[in-house]
Amino acid sequence: MKTHYLNYVAGLSLIFLMASCGNQGSETSQVLGGSAAEQAYVAPGEYDEFYAFMSGGYSGQITAYGLPSGRLLKEIPVFSKYPENGYGYSEETKAMFNTSYGEVPWDDSHHIELSQKDGEFDGRWLFVNGNNTPRIARVDLKTFETVEILEIPDVAGLHCAPFITENSEYLVSGTRFSVPIPQKDVPIDTYKKNFKGLINYVSVDPEHGHMELAFQIEMPGFNYDLARNGKGKSHGWSFLTTYNSEQEHSLLEVNASQKDKDLMAVINWKKAEQYMKEGKFTERQTSYFHNLMNEETSIVESEEKTLTKILDPKNCPDMVYFIPVPKSPHGCDVDPTGEYIVGNGKLSADMSVYSFDKIMKAIEEKNFDGNFDGIPIINYEAALDGIVKKPGLGPLHTEFDGRGNAYTTFFISSEVVKWDVESKEILDRQPTFYSPGHLVIPGGETKKPDGKYLVAMNKITKDRYLPTGPELAHSAQLFDISGDKMKLILDFPTKGEPHYAQAISADKIQPNSVKFYDIEQNKHPHATLGESKTRVERDGDEVHVYMTAIRSHLAPDNIEGFKVGDKVYFHLTNLEQDWDVPHGFAIQGATNAELLVMPGQTRTLLWEPKKPGVFAFYCTDFCSALHQEMSGYARVSPKGSDVPIKWGLNEKLRENEQAAHDFYEKAKQNANIGK
Amino acid sequence: MKSLKFLSTTIIAAVFLFACGGNEQSNNKAEADKQTTEKQEDKMPESIKMGKGVGEFTEVEVSDPLNKEWVERGQAIYDMKCSACHKLTDQRVVGPGFQGVTNRRKPEWIMNMITNVDVMLAEDPTAQKLLEECMTRMPNQNIKPDDARKILEFFRNNDVEKAGKKDEAINS
Ligand SMILES: [Cu+2]
Repeated sequence: MKTHYLNYVAGLSLIFLMASCGNQGSETSQVLGGSAAEQAYVAPGEYDEFYAFMSGGYSGQITAYGLPSGRLLKEIPVFSKYPENGYGYSEETKAMFNTSYGEVPWDDSHHIELSQKDGEFDGRWLFVNGNNTPRIARVDLKTFETVEILEIPDVAGLHCAPFITENSEYLVSGTRFSVPIPQKDVPIDTYKKNFKGLINYVSVDPEHGHMELAFQIEMPGFNYDLARNGKGKSHGWSFLTTYNSEQEHSLLEVNASQKDKDLMAVINWKKAEQYMKEGKFTERQTSYFHNLMNEETSIVESEEKTLTKILDPKNCPDMVYFIPVPKSPHGCDVDPTGEYIVGNGKLSADMSVYSFDKIMKAIEEKNFDGNFDGIPIINYEAALDGIVKKPGLGPLHTEFDGRGNAYTTFFISSEVVKWDVESKEILDRQPTFYSPGHLVIPGGETKKPDGKYLVAMNKITKDRYLPTGPELAHSAQLFDISGDKMKLILDFPTKGEPHYAQAISADKIQPNSVKFYDIEQNKHPHATLGESKTRVERDGDEVHVYMTAIRSHLAPDNIEGFKVGDKVYFHLTNLEQDWDVPHGFAIQGATNAELLVMPGQTRTLLWEPKKPGVFAFYCTDFCSALHQEMSGYARVSPKGSDVPIKWGLNEKLRENEQAAHDFYEKAKQNANIGK
Repeated sequence: MKSLKFLSTTIIAAVFLFACGGNEQSNNKAEADKQTTEKQEDKMPESIKMGKGVGEFTEVEVSDPLNKEWVERGQAIYDMKCSACHKLTDQRVVGPGFQGVTNRRKPEWIMNMITNVDVMLAEDPTAQKLLEECMTRMPNQNIKPDDARKILEFFRNNDVEKAGKKDEAINS
C-alpha cells in the first residue's frame, strides 16, 4: 500500500486539518473509559478466544496474535530466512527458498487465507502470498510451520493472492503487474502489444493440503489487485478487481486514473474446470519451483516444474466477463450470503454493491456494453444492487459481521465505517490512527462470521506509542463490534507491515496443536535415535557428526580430528519428548545461524572451520538448571594434519567406575550442604 | 509454556519453604521439620506410603518367565529415550544407574515415575530425594502406559543379568 502513498498526500493533509478541528476529544474519553480496557483484558494464565494471523508485509513472515488481548503468540517464518530458529539456514530448510531465480531469501507477504470447508474456516492450513518473487506458501496449523512454497510462473507482483474457494478447491491469484509472456527483451513502451496478465488457479489437495498449479487464464495486460471467490449461490465464481485498464506504463498515478471506472473480472471457474477437462488449454514451457517438506523426514524436497497449462478466454466462451467498477479499486468483497459483491474504488467517492443474481441475469440476457479484447463487459447498471453514497474517502476493504452489516476501511479519511448491506445506509463511523489498510473480523470473509471484534491494520502510527526514531511499529486497533456502535478497546503494535489478517476461533486450532514430534516417527536419514548411536564419520573432506541433545548435555561433547577446509555437518537430534523443550545448537565462527531443534526432530547445520584451534559449541535455548553446562568443544587441526577423528562424552567417568562413584558422592554432598 | 518447567520447580520450592517457614512459633528447626513431615505424611496418598508412587499404576502384575518380546521393545525405548541419562550398571550419570532398580522400587513406582514424572517429582518423597541428588529434573519422555510395562520387563531382565536377582522390592 505504501506505493500508493503519493496519491494520498493531499488527502492526508486534509485529515490532519479535520483532526485538528474535531473529534479527538471523544476518542480520548472513550479510551479512558475503564470498561474498554476490561473488554480487551485476558487475565494472566487465561487464553484468548481467537487466533489472529497477520501477514508481515516486507518482513516476509506471518505473526500470530491472540484476540482480544493483542498478545504476540508467535512469529512464523515463511518467505524470509529466520536466524532465530535456523529456518532457511539449516540444511533441511534451505530448499524452501528455491525459485527459478535461484535462492531467494526474502519476500513481501500480503494476504492471509485460512483453509475452508463449506465456507467456514476449518483450522487446518494457512496460505500467504509472496508478492515480489511470486509464490504461495502453506503453513500447517498443527505445528505453525511453513511446509510448502509454490512459485507461480510468468507473473509479477503476486499481490492479488491467494484467495480461497469455499471448500479450499483452489487458491486464486492474479498478477499485479502485467509482463511479457513468455518473458522477453522488449521496449517497455510496447506494453499494450506485448504485456499480458495471468490469473492463476492453484488446486489444494483435500487430504494433505499439497498445492499444484492447475491452470492459468491469459488476460489483458491490466493490474490485478485483489480478489474474492463466491460462496453459497455464487460458489464457482471468482471476482478480481483490476486497475490500469488504460494499459499505461508510466506515471501511473495520473495515466492509469484517466477513466471514471476500471474493470472487475468475473470468472466462472467451474466452466474453466470443464474446459480443462475438454483439453481446451495450451501447454507452455516455463520454469517454476515447488518446495515441499516431507512429513516423515521433515526435510524440504524441491522440484523444478517446466510445464504450465493456459486457458485463453477467446477459445473459452462464457468463462470470463468484465464489469465496470469505481476508479482504482482495491477490495472486492463477497458478503456471507454470497449475493452481494462490494467493489471499492480508492479514488471514487462512492462504493458499488453488485448483486450476484443481477450479474447472472445480465449474462443470461447478454446485457453487455461492448467488450475488451473479446471479453464481454457486463452492463454496470444492470448488475448494480446499489451505491453506498459518500461513505468516506478512499475505501479499501470490507468485511461482514454476519448480522447484515458491512465494515469498510477508509484509507484517506482514516476511519472504519459500518453500513447496512441491504439498505446501504451508514450506521456508524469510528476514526482510526492512522490510514487503515485492511481490516479483519474473525471469520469475516466466510459464510459464518464471528462478529464480535474487528481489527483495523493501520499504516501510520505516529502519536500512538513512545517514539522509536523515524520508524514505529505499525499499529493495529481492536474494536468491539458486538453493539450498535463500534468501540475502540485496544491499540497494539504489529511486526513488519501487516496487509491482511484472518482470525479464527481458538477451539478450531488449539486441540490439534502438536506438542512434540514423536521420535519413533522420525525418518530423517541422519537422525540419531538414542545416545548410544552418536558418532562422527569422515568421508573425504566431509565430516558428519551424529549428535543428540537432552537436558542437560550434548553427545558427543568433545570432538577432535576436524581439519581446516572440512565441511562439517552437525546432525542434531533432540531426544526430548516433552512439550516446549527445544534445544539449540550454535558453534563459534559458523557463518550461517543457529539451529533450534524441536523435541523429536533432527536438524543439520553446516560448519566450515576456517582456522586451527578449539572452538566451543553450546545449547542456545535455556532448558534446565544445568543449561549452561550443555556445551562442548570442537578441535580443528591444520589442513593435511593426521589428527584422528575422536569423540566422547564423559570418557573418564565412563571408563572408571570408581571415579564415577566418587564424583557423584561428592556432588551429592555438595547438594546437601545448602540445606 | 516455558513457565511450566519452572512451575514445577516452584511447587517444589514452595514445599521446602513451607517446610522451613510454616511453623513460625517454633525456634527449633528440626522440630518444625519433623512436625511438617508428619503433617505431610498424614496427607500423603496411601500409594506413596506403600512405595508405589502416584499415577495410574496401582497394581502391576509380574510373572515368570520374562516376556522376551517385551524385553526387546523395552530395550529399544531405553536406547532411544533413556540411555542419554541412565546406564544399565549401577553407575550414576545424569540419572541413577538402572542396575537393581526392581530390587529397590516396586513395579508400580517404576512405571509411575516413567509415565507421571512431573507429579512424582512434586509429590513423591523418594522421587524428590533423587532430584536433590541428581539436580536434573527427569524429562517427561511421553512413554505410553503399555511401553512403560515393557521397560519394566527390560529392567527385570537387566537385573537378572547384572544383579543376579530381580523383583526384590515387591514384598518389601
Ligand atoms: Cu538445552
